[in-house]
Amino acid sequence: MLNLVVVLAVVLIIAILIALFRVSTLVGIVKGDTQRQVPSGNKVQAFLLIVFMVVGLGAFFYYSFGGLNDDYVQPLASEHGVITDRLFWITMAITGSVFVVTQIFLFGFSYKYQHSENRKAFYFPHNNKLELFWTGVPAIVLALLILSGWRAWVDITGEAPEDAEVIEVVGYQYAWSVRYGGSDKKLGDYDYKKIDATNQLGIDFSDKDAFDDFIPRELHVPKGKPVLLQIRARDVIHSVFIPHFRLQMNAVPGMPTRFWFVPTKSTEDMREETGNPDFNYELVCNKICGKGHFAMKYTIVVDEPADYEAWYNSQDPWLKQNADYLSEVPQNLQEAAQIAAKLDDRSEPSSIDGIAVSSTK
Amino acid sequence: MSVTEELSHHDDHHEEHHEQGFIAKYIFSTDHKVIAKQFLITGIIWALLGGALSVIFRLQLGFPDLNLEFLRPLLGKWISSNGKLDSEFFLALVTMHGTIMVFFVLTAGLSGTFSNFLIPLQIGARDMASGFMNMLSYWFFFLSSVIMFVSLFIETGPAGGGWTIYPPLSVLPQAIQGSGLGMTLWLVAMVFFIASTLLGGINYVTTVINMRTEGMTFSRMPLTIWSFFITAIIGILSFPVLVAAALLLVFDRSFGTSFYLSEIFIGGEALPNMGGSPILFQHLFWFLGHPEVYIVLLPALGITSEIISTNSRKPIFGYTAMILSMVAIAFLSFIVWAHHMFVSGLNPFLGSIFMFLTLIIAVPSAVKSFNYLTTLWKGNIVFTPAMLFSIGLVSFFISGGLTGIFLGNSALDINLHDTYFVVAHFHLVMGSAAFFGLLAGVYHWFPKMFGRMMDTKLGYLHFWLTFVGVYLVFFPLHYIGIAGFPRRYYSFTNFDAFSTFTDLNTFVSIAAIVTFGAQFIFLFNFFYSMFAGRKAPLNPWKSNTLEWTTPRVPGHGNWPGAIPKVYRWPYDYSKPGAEDDFIPQTVPYSQTTSSNFPHENELAKSEGAEEGGAH
Ligand code: HEM
Ligand SMILES: [Cu+2]
Ligand SMILES: [Cu+2]
Repeated sequence: MLNLVVVLAVVLIIAILIALFRVSTLVGIVKGDTQRQVPSGNKVQAFLLIVFMVVGLGAFFYYSFGGLNDDYVQPLASEHGVITDRLFWITMAITGSVFVVTQIFLFGFSYKYQHSENRKAFYFPHNNKLELFWTGVPAIVLALLILSGWRAWVDITGEAPEDAEVIEVVGYQYAWSVRYGGSDKKLGDYDYKKIDATNQLGIDFSDKDAFDDFIPRELHVPKGKPVLLQIRARDVIHSVFIPHFRLQMNAVPGMPTRFWFVPTKSTEDMREETGNPDFNYELVCNKICGKGHFAMKYTIVVDEPADYEAWYNSQDPWLKQNADYLSEVPQNLQEAAQIAAKLDDRSEPSSIDGIAVSSTK
Repeated sequence: MSVTEELSHHDDHHEEHHEQGFIAKYIFSTDHKVIAKQFLITGIIWALLGGALSVIFRLQLGFPDLNLEFLRPLLGKWISSNGKLDSEFFLALVTMHGTIMVFFVLTAGLSGTFSNFLIPLQIGARDMASGFMNMLSYWFFFLSSVIMFVSLFIETGPAGGGWTIYPPLSVLPQAIQGSGLGMTLWLVAMVFFIASTLLGGINYVTTVINMRTEGMTFSRMPLTIWSFFITAIIGILSFPVLVAAALLLVFDRSFGTSFYLSEIFIGGEALPNMGGSPILFQHLFWFLGHPEVYIVLLPALGITSEIISTNSRKPIFGYTAMILSMVAIAFLSFIVWAHHMFVSGLNPFLGSIFMFLTLIIAVPSAVKSFNYLTTLWKGNIVFTPAMLFSIGLVSFFISGGLTGIFLGNSALDINLHDTYFVVAHFHLVMGSAAFFGLLAGVYHWFPKMFGRMMDTKLGYLHFWLTFVGVYLVFFPLHYIGIAGFPRRYYSFTNFDAFSTFTDLNTFVSIAAIVTFGAQFIFLFNFFYSMFAGRKAPLNPWKSNTLEWTTPRVPGHGNWPGAIPKVYRWPYDYSKPGAEDDFIPQTVPYSQTTSSNFPHENELAKSEGAEEGGAH
């Protein structure tokens, strides 16, 4: 169906063109167009330019102020987002006005000063005052924008507060994993050479901080508390992008990056606000990373702080779920590992030793 | 003076001696005008191809459910058995579209065409400083084109990591097929391309410095020449850095080095590379990449300056300011590159520095826009198609330039980076503006290139369909971008956040197809007029610059007799007291006493003295 429409449209356009072309050439020759310096369509063009401007600006206002079917501003749910959004709209107000005014000048002048036989253009090669004026004014306005942008940037990229929840986010083709520090709230070391089909993040179990680390299926963060994402990638560059938090930072193999923020609305709050009972925050990959780039999604849940604590404490350490990896723990830390990974309350230590021995990869 | 004359005599003879054969005249030609046309036609072919690729991926984006079975004859296995475009090939299409448009169309096609064509004609030279290097420049470009074109058809597909070819993606065939042979061909093609650009650039600079005709001082050079001159310098300084970046990439790809690679686990194995930095590549790439956008844009601005002034019948407003702002832009373009890297993990302090520098570059750009507007003010405007395209360019330059103020602000870029907002921004300010500069140039100088006129009515139709079309394609992308839609996405259905705007995306795609279709009007007009257009008058736009003093179809050497002397700047339009509304550069002040300003009367006296001395 669509093919047909496309083909028909093309054929039609070509036919119309050729017809128009022949007719206009003939008419033009009869009217003596060829001798004229000013094309016979000059007035029409001037008129069309002004029509274009009026219709264009009209559409711009209409669609920018609610004329679109969908909302083009994602609901906002982070503290720094309030600042950057405000800055965004201030910039929009300034550039938007400049846009409207300059386009009016451009098309307006074009219309008003269209060619006329009995007028001569005004010989006006330069004017230092004017030029200084419009070098100076943009410079000042830009300076103000830069300063406010710079202050926001410094705050956003500054050190995370001491008490921030630290969460590791790892991107790989084509999924995300997140890791929490567990009960000691400390993330253990990792080493990319330790990555295998099970230990996807390459957790290094010679570090005792790693024993209680857990890897949930969703990214949970507490509402109203600072959260520090420590970001890395396993294979190629990815990018942690969370539109609702106005947050983006690349995930780079071999170079850990970070971003801290404070979520301000729980998933429940957002469901209410948007009227969408299925609303979920999403983590989006925003750096081209291969064929599955467009499908690298991870769900984020913003909990009330108490719910977050409960959730946090209910998570099993990764080592508990994958007890095989106890074999990677140095001998002198075995006991600590079993305690930290809550392995002792599940089964006899001896049987774990058995598993560990039988399944060294 | 005597030198010029000697040269011209020499060349005159030269011209008489050889009646060249077809091959020497049209294929391996060293004549700058022929080379310019070669660049132009190759550029047009690339533009069609690049446009066609964008139409294919716009089909995917606008009609995600469409059965693309009808593309199978063209794309073969990249269409799946259920009629879907392969998501990896989608990335390859985006990559090749970007590469083709930026480098092959708007660098080679634009600078290659107009620098070659106009520099000798507008400064009054017989040809480029080195005709042979110039020919080589085209043939390197041609070779590069062939290689890039071939890469479209190989088994594993062309390069697919984006035109910015960030490693590690561009290094690892395990990560994306296109990083195998496709990427190798991409790199080889680009090396030839860069060689071509450098040969061309060195020639442009040398020619402008050394071969201006008598009286053509720098302060009398048309802004076109200024822009080509500055562009060539930017190219010479920045492209070698891309070579360096590419070379290190080649080492990483083929010789096991770790310039850009570190701690990578892929395809079930940990690679041995340690200590490299993918960010290093980004620095090197954008050290070229940002100047590159001005390499694309400045010639278009130069062309527009000339066309707007001519057709407003008014001097360009602020000639010196225009030059200074181009120089400022050129200088600043080398120290803003990291604004592409605000969220790459760059040190935030560097982010601050680059934000300051980036927003400074907006000032000379603003000056240029205001100067265009003032040139129109109180003009006596003739709307030739070239003029309309130039007005369109200014409109895009403003629209797209303003969104740069958002992106250059690092705090705002956090949320806008790599979204469709960026796509909208650079398509307007760089893509469409430069593309319109190219079209304006073709409409304006077609009479000098082919000795015939293009059809004005068709030009109008082409302009309106394209102008409205471009806005309909790219303006809506701002909204989609503010909503956070990521670029280089095959489809948006996986995310709730991006479940909106399906209609708008369809609309954009339709607009893109129509706009693309409208370019065939231009093609028809171009080729039809080349052979059957009305014969052009010598100076169809009543313009002041030197090229219009040549014969209708200038031969080898450009002027049959001596090269004309230049007495004044090129923008004496509608000068008070003058008879006509234009005074060509070749008219001495002594012949225009009625319109001279006092200091020009002084000059008129010394002109006479010189003239007397010479005879
Ligand atoms: C028919 C007209 C055009 C259409 C419909 C079009 C459409 C698009 C779209 C939708 C993208 C984004 C794809 C994505 O990121 O997912 C894109 C990318 C791009 N386009 Fe165009 N474009 C057109 C003309 C041009 C022109 C004239 C230029 C010249 C500068 C250009 C340069 C680029 C570049 C550099 C990219 C980035 C490629 C990348 O992300 O790797 N395009 N184009
Ligand atoms: Cu990705
Ligand atoms: Cu840049």
